[in-house]
Amino acid sequence: MSISAINISKWFGRFLALDNVTLEVPDGTLLALLGPSGSGKTTLLRILAGLETPDIGTVRYRDEDVTAAPVRERNVGFVFQHYALFRHMTVFENVAFGLRVRRWPRARIAARVQELLALVQLEGLERALPAQLSGGQRQRVALARALAPEPRVLLLDEPFGALDARVRQELRQWLRRLHDEVHVTSVFVTHDQEDAFEVADQVAVMREGRIEQVGPPAAIFERPANPFVMDFLGNVNVFHGRVERGLAHVGGLEVAYPQYPHEQARPATAFVRTHELEILRTQPVRRAHLRARVAHVSPARSIVKVRVHAEEFGLWLTVDVPWERYAELRLQAGDLVYVSPRRLRVFVGGVDYAI
Amino acid sequence: MAERRAHDDPPWVRSLLIAAATAVIAVLIVVPLIDVFVGAFAGGFAAYWSRLTGSPETLAAIRLTAVVAPLAVGLNLVFGIAAAWAIARFRFPGRTLLGAIIDLPFAVSPVVVGLFLMLLFGRQGLFGPWLEAHGVRIVFATPGIVLATAFVTFPVIARELIPLLEAIGPEEEIAAVSLGARGWQVLAHVTLPNVRWGLLFGVILCTARAMGEFGAVYVVSGRIAGKTDTIPLRIEKLFQDYDLPGAFALATLLAGLALLTLLAQAVLRWKVGTEGR
Repeated sequence: MSISAINISKWFGRFLALDNVTLEVPDGTLLALLGPSGSGKTTLLRILAGLETPDIGTVRYRDEDVTAAPVRERNVGFVFQHYALFRHMTVFENVAFGLRVRRWPRARIAARVQELLALVQLEGLERALPAQLSGGQRQRVALARALAPEPRVLLLDEPFGALDARVRQELRQWLRRLHDEVHVTSVFVTHDQEDAFEVADQVAVMREGRIEQVGPPAAIFERPANPFVMDFLGNVNVFHGRVERGLAHVGGLEVAYPQYPHEQARPATAFVRTHELEILRTQPVRRAHLRARVAHVSPARSIVKVRVHAEEFGLWLTVDVPWERYAELRLQAGDLVYVSPRRLRVFVGGVDYAI
Repeated sequence: MAERRAHDDPPWVRSLLIAAATAVIAVLIVVPLIDVFVGAFAGGFAAYWSRLTGSPETLAAIRLTAVVAPLAVGLNLVFGIAAAWAIARFRFPGRTLLGAIIDLPFAVSPVVVGLFLMLLFGRQGLFGPWLEAHGVRIVFATPGIVLATAFVTFPVIARELIPLLEAIGPEEEIAAVSLGARGWQVLAHVTLPNVRWGLLFGVILCTARAMGEFGAVYVVSGRIAGKTDTIPLRIEKLFQDYDLPGAFALATLLAGLALLTLLAQAVLRWKVGTEGR
């Protein structure tokens, strides 16, 4: 079932939490609402669920206007950030709750609960209480409980927020597989771009009550709509400077920028992802580059993160170096090297945000 | 600045404080409690039993209290849950005022409460003539005693529940609503089971307070022996009539209830502790 939010605005007192937001979630998609805290992502999710009412705007499930319908009548599955499991009920009773209040016959309830527990791989834990489960298990019970009454849409508030890094990683992949099996239209909120990019079909990046960009993860990563999105996705080096006469002068680099042939200089910001910077031992010719000193080398899983300091320009940069290349370069703190961008994105105009 | 802690104090100060506290508890609570039981059982169990059951007035007082206390507790159960839920779960104009009103019976002298009821329902009271015309008796009868008792013990259950509900938070209730539950289903299946031990303790404490209520009931009962005397009123009357063994015998019922309340509190606290929130 597709979900649409059309021209939604929401105030909390005098704080504008959502500013004329429009979002379309196609049937069967898994969409991530990604943004820093205070960007309005959770408010939008709660409005989609019916836990909040918008001050202006319409929410539709397929063609049905549900704006005024309370959450109880919307038939949504909602997974809460801290799971909100019924602490005095067993796992079985938690999952069965939505079916009992719908007065399903006993035998069907038992069958459906077993089906769900198999889906979330918690068979055998029917009689456990929430307090006896691990964080990851509680999360899965919460999902099973939300999915049991066959909801029209599934909404998840920071589903990985309260978990430690390893469990988080597992649950992400697991949620992705689950969605491929169940195919219910789903929206989840996260402040972590890895959550969003690894799990979702579509990502909506939010800032200060507005949606900055919507699209498939790869498209957003490749073509960020604006400096905010670029910066928020992380792992990026920022260069400030100006553009004029087809050239961008940013942080000691000079690169061609034919999109701006004009005489008059304008401020500009350039972004280079950490993996788009290259470290060289010898000074390159005909390539924009900076001289820098290696400050710190730290292995980070599949790559090596190198912090370098371009003293002339007072710039600190982070470079992702593949392990093979790292072995070739034999980098050590204090080494003098050359840093050159393979790719650089220039945004003309001042940068009007802070993260 | 260095922080002073209890264990920084010299041993003699600590010993003195502990001794003082123990002495106060012994003199004010333990000794009188033992005295009540010693006085009641001085002539043996048979004498004790005959004092409790031998007098029709005493029996009537026990019966009346057995009727009044459950009614008052029942009323407070309904109002207490409603008030606690309203205060812990909703933000509305007058919420702070409602909280203050709930505590009012703790602040006002029970005798004043009794006088209020007389002013409302007494023969010269606001509703007095109307009630009399319709043949409804409130003061000097069981309804007045129930009202007075319920009023005085009103805060007990609500005050037990409000902090519990606030600590548990509304998330589970919202989850229940999102799963399709109606208000009463949320209350019956989520809210009340979560606070059941606190609620049970509130009921026990409220029962003890209801059975022991004296001041307000004194005023509205009219003190008709064998008709509107509750246990505490009967104890006072026996005491005034120099029937000390009889007063002590009846007092053991209330004292026993107090001990039961203490025991229940200990058990329930342990229970809540082992359940891990």
